[in-house]
This record gives sequence, structure tokens and C-alpha cells, in this order.
Amino acid sequence: MTQAQPDLLAKIATGIPGFDVFSEGGLPEGRSTLIAGTAGSGKTIFANQFLIEGIKRGENGVFVTFEESPQMLRKNMRGFNWDIQQWEAEGKWMFVDASPADHNLPLISGEYDLEPLISRLKHAINQVNAKRVAIDSLSSVFSYVPNMAQVRAILFKLAQILRELEITAVLTCERTIDYGAISRYGVEEFVADNVIIMRNALLKEKRRRTIEILKYRGVSHQHGEFPLTIIPHQGIVVIPFATDVLKSKSSSQRVTTGNEELNRMCGGGWFKGSIILVSGATGTGKTLMTTEFIDGGIKNDEKCLLFALEESHEQLLRNALGWGIDYEQMETAGKLKIICRYPETMGLESHFVKMREEIEEFKPQRVAIDSISALERISSSKGFREFLLTLNILFKEKGITTLCTANTANSLESDSITQSNISTNTDLIILLRYVEIYGEIKRGLAILKMRGSQHDKNIREISIDQNGMSIGQTFRHIVGILSGNLTYIDANRIDRLDDLQTEI
Amino acid sequence: MSQKLILKLYVSGNTLRSRQAIANLQTFCDRELPDNCAVEIIDLIEFPEIAELEKILITPTLVKVSPEPQERIIGDLSDTKVLSLVLNLPSHFPTTK
Repeated sequence: MTQAQPDLLAKIATGIPGFDVFSEGGLPEGRSTLIAGTAGSGKTIFANQFLIEGIKRGENGVFVTFEESPQMLRKNMRGFNWDIQQWEAEGKWMFVDASPADHNLPLISGEYDLEPLISRLKHAINQVNAKRVAIDSLSSVFSYVPNMAQVRAILFKLAQILRELEITAVLTCERTIDYGAISRYGVEEFVADNVIIMRNALLKEKRRRTIEILKYRGVSHQHGEFPLTIIPHQGIVVIPFATDVLKSKSSSQRVTTGNEELNRMCGGGWFKGSIILVSGATGTGKTLMTTEFIDGGIKNDEKCLLFALEESHEQLLRNALGWGIDYEQMETAGKLKIICRYPETMGLESHFVKMREEIEEFKPQRVAIDSISALERISSSKGFREFLLTLNILFKEKGITTLCTANTANSLESDSITQSNISTNTDLIILLRYVEIYGEIKRGLAILKMRGSQHDKNIREISIDQNGMSIGQTFRHIVGILSGNLTYIDANRIDRLDDLQTEI
Repeated sequence: MSQKLILKLYVSGNTLRSRQAIANLQTFCDRELPDNCAVEIIDLIEFPEIAELEKILITPTLVKVSPEPQERIIGDLSDTKVLSLVLNLPSHFPTTK
């Protein structure tokens, strides 16, 4: 419907990465947009970022602050590298300071109104010739005027002035709960054609920040909640799920796995740009497989980026050296970059934004994440699913061959949430399992699925030594490795089965 | 004789409420403080920069500039009890004797 007729309303950019994408251009120009959110959901930062983007584009701004004083705001926003003071000096930014004054509360004698707010706003807009206005927050107006009818009158007047002057405005308002009525006093009815909701919901002890466009009157936008993160030096970054999965590239070019026998098992190597999941319990050889994957890439003159979420840089170097691979030299040559970051150092969304930045900066052909399941413990399962999806789309878009490892909780069994979350958009799944044989622990490797190619269906024994991983014989006397229910089979019976098959 | 009172009354335009506030203040001063009170009336629609400087958000606002401490009353000043209280006129305090 909205597609058929062209949008009569233009949009203007907010400068919030991701937001301008999913809002299909930013905020409707010349209109007021209400940003409703609970305390700490990022409304003030949104308002600031919106004004700052304007200044970058030569559109000056006015900030009406009811809560924090201009001094506090200048100081707080400096943390994002935003120098408001300088813009004020240059006449590009003006505060209307309606924050609580330090003098005593006034006494009341008879009726009064909020007219000066209007005249001050008009004055400030004229002073800097503003195109953008932020009011933070409207809810405070209610604390000045106890009478609902007066509030309505003043908000109406505000909205009218902004409309007349063709100002694009961001008005914030408080919500008491993340899921419920839009705002405490129902202000949205009077002031804004457009409503955006910011949330900072607590789900299972984890905070999840999201942003949603509730309505844009007469203008198109994408629906649903999008995760966001607030990053030092950048402000808000929204993570829009790329909806254009179908644009992703698909290659039939094979690249080495870093292990000769594994290449053979996969019919000549992995496809370039595919996503590989290696799943197994601790100690089954996931990190080794990652190391060989990187080694193979470097030998092939591909740039590799390793995200290590469980081990320190030194540990990694030592491990790799133990298998005869010199990470340090690769790093010095600029072919390899190792980024060690413990999952708990930041939220999942921040991890994503950082990873994306690093990928865009280093431009690797191969990426390894060891392990992706470590990130699971810092987010809700919904958030983690979205993270994986978005990350995979990023890799697909860039045609990066990616290997992710996942820890299985149970050392013998195969099920894990990571696997069920990740497996639908991976191209290849490799299982590494402990196998118990007559009182001895061995390791097994199986290729569970490989898109677009034939592969070895046997469960093979692997051994690990100073030369890395060697893939050996098939486990012939055991069934039930994948299910974790091992059963030994008599060698004679297997021979008889083989004989039967050859006869047929 | 006590110190001279200096008052500033901020209003927004020539509205009914502004006129009411001015009239109420005038009556009060004439009655209670003849010759001992200087009143300046400032229209913030004309001088919005003063509103910004003085951080005035509500009109009418009456500011007692002197003597210290500064004090503010908001509203059309129809409640003269509040005025007496803020302007410190002892005759209007209820006597306990």
C-alpha cells in the first residue's frame, strides 16, 4: 500500500547507525517524533545524536532540557566524543535550560502558565536558525503544571509551533514499564504523528535494549523490535537484521580446510564463503581444527581473523606452536589478526558491533570464532538467535569463509542449543565426540551435513599430536556414537554384514 | 523603616492573567508598602533572552530581588497571604500572644 504511492514526506537522517536503515531513511522531516522509553533506555542519547547529525549536515539544533542541566549534558556527552560546548560557541547548538533550578521552590499564589517555555523555544530556534529540536523530556512538563487541561494546551502549542516552523523534532517521554501503555500520561495523543519506543528490558537477568517504530503516520518503515547497543565514542548503534539474505553470495570454489584428510572427506575442501560449525565437548579438538583452518588459509594467501572468546593471546600462541603452527609470525606478517575478548566484557550487541568493525577494517577472507557458544551465556536465547543470524548474514554478504566452534554441554551427547540455533544457516556441520572403547577414550569426527556436496559419512577416529590432527579409521565396532548410547558390535558380525552387502 | 523592597514581575504578553497579576501586585503594594517598594515589570514575549538567563519557565513569576534572600512566587498573585509571607510583612503573621 505504502509502496504504491510515493512518500510525500521526506525523511532526515538521525546519524544513528542502523536506525536510518530500518526506519528507511530516518525521522519524517518537518514533524515531531515521540521517543518513549523507560529510565535508562537511551532516549537522551538518541536526542543528542539526532541533533549532532544535523550539525554535521549544516542543520542547527536546539536542545530543551528538563532533567539534566546543560552542564551535566555537556559533560555526559563528552564521553561519546561529542563536544557540545564548541557547537554552542559556533552558534550551531543552543540549550533551553528548563532543568530544576537551584533556588528554592517557588510559592504558588493563583493561576499560572508555561508561556515562557514557548517564547524561549522560539527565541532559541531563531537565534541559531534551527532545523532540529530535541525536548527531553515532555513528562517533566507535568510536574510543572498540575492541571491536565493546561498540559494539553501547552503541548498543543508546542507541537503547533514546531509544525509552523517546519522543525523536525524529537520529544522524549518516560514510560514506567517496557511493555505496556506508551507513556505515563498519554501525551502521545496530542503531540506526535510518530512514535518510537525504546526498551531496556530485563529478561532472565539479562538486559536487552531494543528500539521499535510504533507508528510513522503516512510513511513507510520496518516493523518489530531491533536490538541496539550504546558504545563509547559512538553512541547508539542499532543492529538491523539484514532482511536481504537472498542477496548473499554462493561460491563453488573449494578452499582448503587446513587438513588433507578432511579435504578428502569433504569432497575436495570447503566451499569458499561457507559457514562451518564445529561442535564438540571440551578437549575434542575444536581449537586445533580452528588452528589448522587458519594455517590453511594463510598458506593459501588468505587473510585470517580469529576471535578468541575463551583463551588469552599467549595461550593461543602456545597451543598453536604445540601443533607446529606459528601464529606470531603470521601476525607480524599482517596476515593474521587475533582478537581475544572475554564474553562478559560487554553485551552481545556490542560484541556484534565490534566484530563487524574489525571485519570491515581488516577485510579477512577467513574468520574463526572460538567458541561462539561462549557468547550464549551473556544473552537471552532470543537475543542469541538474532545475533547468530545477523552475524551469518554479514559473513555471507562479504563471502567470508567462517568457522565457528560450539561447546556441547555433555561430553558424550550431541545436543546443544547453539547447534539448533546455528545449524539452520550453516553450510557444514562437523561433530567431534569422545568415544569410549574398552576402557579407553578416543576421539571421533563426523560430518553431519554439507550443503551442495558429497561427503564422507563415516565416523572417523582422530588422533592429535605435535603435527596436528590425523584422521584415521572408521569406528567399526561401535554404534550409537552420535546419540551417546554406545554399543559394541562383534567384529564377526560386521564382517558378515559386509559380506552380505558385497554379495548384493 | 525597613529596607526597600525591589521586586520584578515577569509576565507573558498582555493577557488577562498578566493584567491580573499586575493589578494584584499594585493593590497589594499600595496598601501594604506605600513608597517602600520598587516594581519592575518584564514581558518575556518581548525579552525571551531574559527568561533564558533567569531560567523562568512559568508566568507570572514574581521575584523578590532585595532584600536577600531572593524568593519567587508564581501565579497571578490573587492569594495575598502568600505575598505577605514572602515579602516578610510581620503585621500579617498570626499573633500568638
